[in-house]
Amino acid sequence: MLGIKGKDLSVFILVAVLALLAPFLLNPFPVDSAMAQFNAGYPDLMQRFVIFGIFAIGFNILFGLTGYLSFGHAAFLGVGSYAAIWMMKLVSLNIVPGIIMAIVFAGLFSVLVGYISLRRSGIYFSILTLAFAQMSYALAYSVLTPITGGETGLQIKPGDTPLLSNVAEGEIGRANFFGLEMSDSSVITLGGWEFTMNVGYYVCAVVMIAAFYLAIRIFRSPFGMMLRAVKSNQQRMNYTGLNSKPYTLAAFVISGMYAGLAGGLMVAMDTQVGPERMFWTASGEVVLMTILGGAGTLIGPVLGAGFIKYMENIVSKINSTVLHEWFAFLPDGMEDFLVTIFYPFVGKGWHLTLGLMFMAVVIFLPGGLVQGGQKIAAMFRGKKAAEKDGKTANQQTPAE
Amino acid sequence: MGILEVKNVNKRFGGLQALGDVNLSVAENTVHAIIGPNGAGKSTLLNCLVGKLIPDTGSVMFAGQSVLGRKPYEINQMGISRVFQTPEIFGDLSVMENMMIPLLAKRDGSFRMHAIESLEDERELRAEAEKMLDEVNMLDKQDMHSASMSRGDKRRLEMAMCLIQRPKLLLLDEPTAGMARADTNNTIDLLKEIKEKRDITMCIIEHDMHVVFSLADRITVLAQGTPLVEDTPENIKGHPKVKEAYLGEAA
Ligand SMILES: Nc1ncnc2c1ncn2[C@@H]1O[C@H](COP(=O)(O)OP(=O)(O)OP(=O)(O)O)[C@@H](O)[C@H]1O
Ligand SMILES: [Mg+2]
Repeated sequence: MLGIKGKDLSVFILVAVLALLAPFLLNPFPVDSAMAQFNAGYPDLMQRFVIFGIFAIGFNILFGLTGYLSFGHAAFLGVGSYAAIWMMKLVSLNIVPGIIMAIVFAGLFSVLVGYISLRRSGIYFSILTLAFAQMSYALAYSVLTPITGGETGLQIKPGDTPLLSNVAEGEIGRANFFGLEMSDSSVITLGGWEFTMNVGYYVCAVVMIAAFYLAIRIFRSPFGMMLRAVKSNQQRMNYTGLNSKPYTLAAFVISGMYAGLAGGLMVAMDTQVGPERMFWTASGEVVLMTILGGAGTLIGPVLGAGFIKYMENIVSKINSTVLHEWFAFLPDGMEDFLVTIFYPFVGKGWHLTLGLMFMAVVIFLPGGLVQGGQKIAAMFRGKKAAEKDGKTANQQTPAE
Repeated sequence: MGILEVKNVNKRFGGLQALGDVNLSVAENTVHAIIGPNGAGKSTLLNCLVGKLIPDTGSVMFAGQSVLGRKPYEINQMGISRVFQTPEIFGDLSVMENMMIPLLAKRDGSFRMHAIESLEDERELRAEAEKMLDEVNMLDKQDMHSASMSRGDKRRLEMAMCLIQRPKLLLLDEPTAGMARADTNNTIDLLKEIKEKRDITMCIIEHDMHVVFSLADRITVLAQGTPLVEDTPENIKGHPKVKEAYLGEAA
């Protein structure tokens, strides 16, 4: 179906279903229950899940396939965002032109950055991309202020009257998709549960599913094969009669365009942008997402993005009061003791938890969360097979 | 005029004269062996032929065109393939994928990137790869992870990867090093068979005299970067200079 089959098709369907049902799946706890704070099914966060998912899927096309580790992909996210906001300010509040321009501009910028950075490989490549991104950040902050709004960034203001959209005098234009406003939501209440269906989220989710589908096709194409070959043995590739430069540049630009798409969607969801979007920590975050989930695997980056964004938004909200509530059933001494132990890992300490998890994954599961999942699956399968007939004809599946 | 003409090639690494005034002419459709003790400059010479190194002076002509100044991939496109001293294969990939890559590289070049088509649909290429794998007796290993194979298998895979591109000149750097006797004999048979089936010139570096004398039409003896003699295997066998420089060591 759709030109993909077997395992790839199952992975694709899984991701599509998860994305489409996210408002329900992420809100498993009734609104007034103590666990409600673990609900992640609110539009803002769900949008971030899928947007960063797109960012990471694109990053994985470069890093997962060719092994070139870019430390500057946030620059493309930023360029995409600026392009999108200008389209919305000047041309149309419909998000489509904005997103298209975000992809185009990020693509053009990545041609430039890629062409120069790909002259080197390994750590030098990473440093070059990092230098470009930091330069973009610094420029956006200072000399490019007329275009980027400098420190305050850009947002849609009451005075903005895009050519193709009718905005009443003094009104602040709102992003829409052919009239459907991104912020429109309808809340479904079922017993104690509440599920928010948000237009913006579904736009992002559909785009993400499409982006994921395209990534699968690229992974399974002859082009993807050549990129893997470049990663596996550059020496052999050189003597195989193929100039690998155009291939790696194409991969770089494609992943830059994915980043631009993510940047455009960010603006479509929340019509503002500032230079901090291009800061090096933002570039580092997508690296973490990809590696944590499993670089080079299809679903890994999506998992990694969801995981990190969940931690950032949910674990960070647990404070000492919440901890005390959790352990209230214990004797006072024990309660305080446990709270003291857990406290550094939650709230503002979520970075610590993430850092430890990241280290554990890199050390014990170099293939990321995907490898973890495979190991668990293999364990169960192994047990079942052993119970059945004692055969150990268990085939190890490659990390895809 | 041979298909490969090397003239007055010099190469220095700092103070070391790795190649000194090398002249070599390889006739089309022959097997030309280059022998010589360790460090004689054999691999360095091959490196100069495939664009990995650029000689300090001299010229290298292949089929009437100079290879100097061309990138390795361009030289490959001219029809030269190389099997390395330590096997260079795509270790992360399966044997079949290893075979598909040179085919795709030859078909697509650098500017026809098939990014959306499925690799599965490349049935013709797959059939071609299977045929080649069958020829080197590796068809049963096509789904194996290539890094996990034995050294002999890796070498044969690399040979198959080179051959499937139908090169005019195949350079082999110690193709049987590290192989067991039986594997070595298989390799000899394989190379003979390939030689019979197609128009191909081979340039082979080898320490194993059994291999050299079974395959070579002509032999060049290299010592300390300079060719000592070039002759037929029969004449080389009894050559006093060769005995002194090379065979004497082994005997
Ligand atoms: N890239 C290099 N830089 C410096 N010296 C080199 C380099 N490549 C080779 N050499 C030196 O040049 C000389 C010839 O080396 P080469 O590898 O060509 O020998 P060889 O005949 O292939 O030997 P072997 O039989 O051991 O493979 C050696 O002394 C080697 O140390
Ligand atoms: Mg050598």
